[in-house]
Amino acid sequence: MLTVTNIYKTFNKDTINEKKALCGLSLYLNPGDFVTIIGGNGAGKSTLLNMIAGVYPIDSGKIGIGGVNISRKPEHVRAKYIGRVFQDPMLGTAAGMEIEENLALAYRRGKGRTLKWNITRKEKDLYYEKLKILNLGLETRMNSKVGLLSGGQRQALTLLMATLIAPKLLLLDEHTAALDPKTAKTVLDLTEKMIGEGNLTAMMVTHNMKDAIRLGNRLIMMHEGRIIYDVSGEEKKKLQVSDLLAKFEEASGSEFANDRMMLA
Amino acid sequence: MNIAGILLAMQGAVSQGVLWGIMVLGVYITYKILDIADLTVDGSFALGGCVCALLVVDKGLDPLLALGLATLAGMIAGAVTGVLHTIFDIPAILAGILTQIGLWSVNLRVMGKSNTPLLKVDTIFSRIVDMSGMKQSAVSLVIGVLIAILIIAFLYWFFGTELGSTLRATGNNENMIRALGVNTKYTKLLALTLSNGLVGLSGALVCQSQKYADIGMGTGAIVIGLAAIVIGEVLMGRLKSFGSKLSSAVIGCVVYFLIRAIVLQLGMDANDMKLLSAVIVALALCIPVAVRKWKIWKSYSEEGPVC
Repeated sequence: MLTVTNIYKTFNKDTINEKKALCGLSLYLNPGDFVTIIGGNGAGKSTLLNMIAGVYPIDSGKIGIGGVNISRKPEHVRAKYIGRVFQDPMLGTAAGMEIEENLALAYRRGKGRTLKWNITRKEKDLYYEKLKILNLGLETRMNSKVGLLSGGQRQALTLLMATLIAPKLLLLDEHTAALDPKTAKTVLDLTEKMIGEGNLTAMMVTHNMKDAIRLGNRLIMMHEGRIIYDVSGEEKKKLQVSDLLAKFEEASGSEFANDRMMLA
Repeated sequence: MNIAGILLAMQGAVSQGVLWGIMVLGVYITYKILDIADLTVDGSFALGGCVCALLVVDKGLDPLLALGLATLAGMIAGAVTGVLHTIFDIPAILAGILTQIGLWSVNLRVMGKSNTPLLKVDTIFSRIVDMSGMKQSAVSLVIGVLIAILIIAFLYWFFGTELGSTLRATGNNENMIRALGVNTKYTKLLALTLSNGLVGLSGALVCQSQKYADIGMGTGAIVIGLAAIVIGEVLMGRLKSFGSKLSSAVIGCVVYFLIRAIVLQLGMDANDMKLLSAVIVALALCIPVAVRKWKIWKSYSEEGPVC
């Protein structure tokens, strides 16, 4: 489904702030793969997701989705294949527009925008049913401005928007990191449910190692722009947090738990 | 002071306000919907007037057709700013200033002189005057209101379409709408083009109603536009529907020209008007901020309330 072949990205090249963000990284995902990504700060996790989404161009290498080479396609063209949820709940929705208007924008992801009216009555029924699944009572507030919602509600809505039209690939960039633990759990449960029901191919960056082990069928650990550990299937199910820590120390020669990594 | 004179001045101010109100609708698109302060407006307003004067006087073109071509000229000016801003990443304010400055020379080239009177030619207003026998000022008002209603209806429809809502989303959250597959360069370019088209149309209408075009007619147009939007918001800020927001921009413009007519009647020098406009806009922008800060400062207490 996703083929990332030998990609490189260096920020601020030839300056004192030069940062090699991705160094010859390759990754192949099968349809239905749900990969969790862990790694310290600056390991290149978010950069990898941004490169796949097309936020910045890659320096070299190839990225393909479902057989289409998207290496040099702009962000808005890749959006046809990719659904995204950002870390910042404010980024995924338009605050000044109504809930149903946001959903209508998402419902047309990757399609040409015409001079037809932006929401049809039939769509409203669909949105009502979909919002009901979130179980946050948003289906009764479809004409409310999104700016009135809480961070958790906005993140749940963004998740719904990203999956409203099933994407070939769903990118979740620490999408629960800015939420309180209870809300984070709600959003994470929804994530699991939507990926499971839609049989979606997904990549989720997280700092919570327990979540990384519990969710998905595959786990990769990144360090200094490379994948240093890639585990799936039965082997992943048996993983313990202590295994991951040991793995990291072995690969990097330093302590893992020195930044935001959550061990609990 | 003579009451009849004041009333006449008021009527003139209202019709002028409505015609300039078309320009304000253009400014509303960039300033309120897209969150861009587009300074092209001063140039594209005069461009609309100059193109219209050239076509009607020198080329003997039908005045209605001249309105259409002036709109087109405004759109091209907006597109130039749009290309500078979107493709070459020049900040919107600077891109607008560049186009505006360039348009000054373009406008002089278009007319070949710094002003052109339209005294001996037909305008859409003089035609209706001849047909209906109404007074010129009344005709200006009626035509102005009709065109304003048509354009508000058009904008209401357009911003409700799939394409129009991507423009609104671009102003709201660029990252989000790009992630949903919309090229925001295109939406911004489109908005700037549409906006300056309306500004050019307004310039042409003003030119035909006042029966002359002048190289300096657009100077300060952006400030009038912002003043009108701010006045409209103060007067009708409680109305939330999109249609009423657009209407309030035009009504704000009418009120602006009424204020202007009154202070001029009271004996203020016409040259001081730009200062007054700037003061109105500055106050309208400063007061809400000052009130908010004052409230926060005042609400502090060492004890704290009982929760």
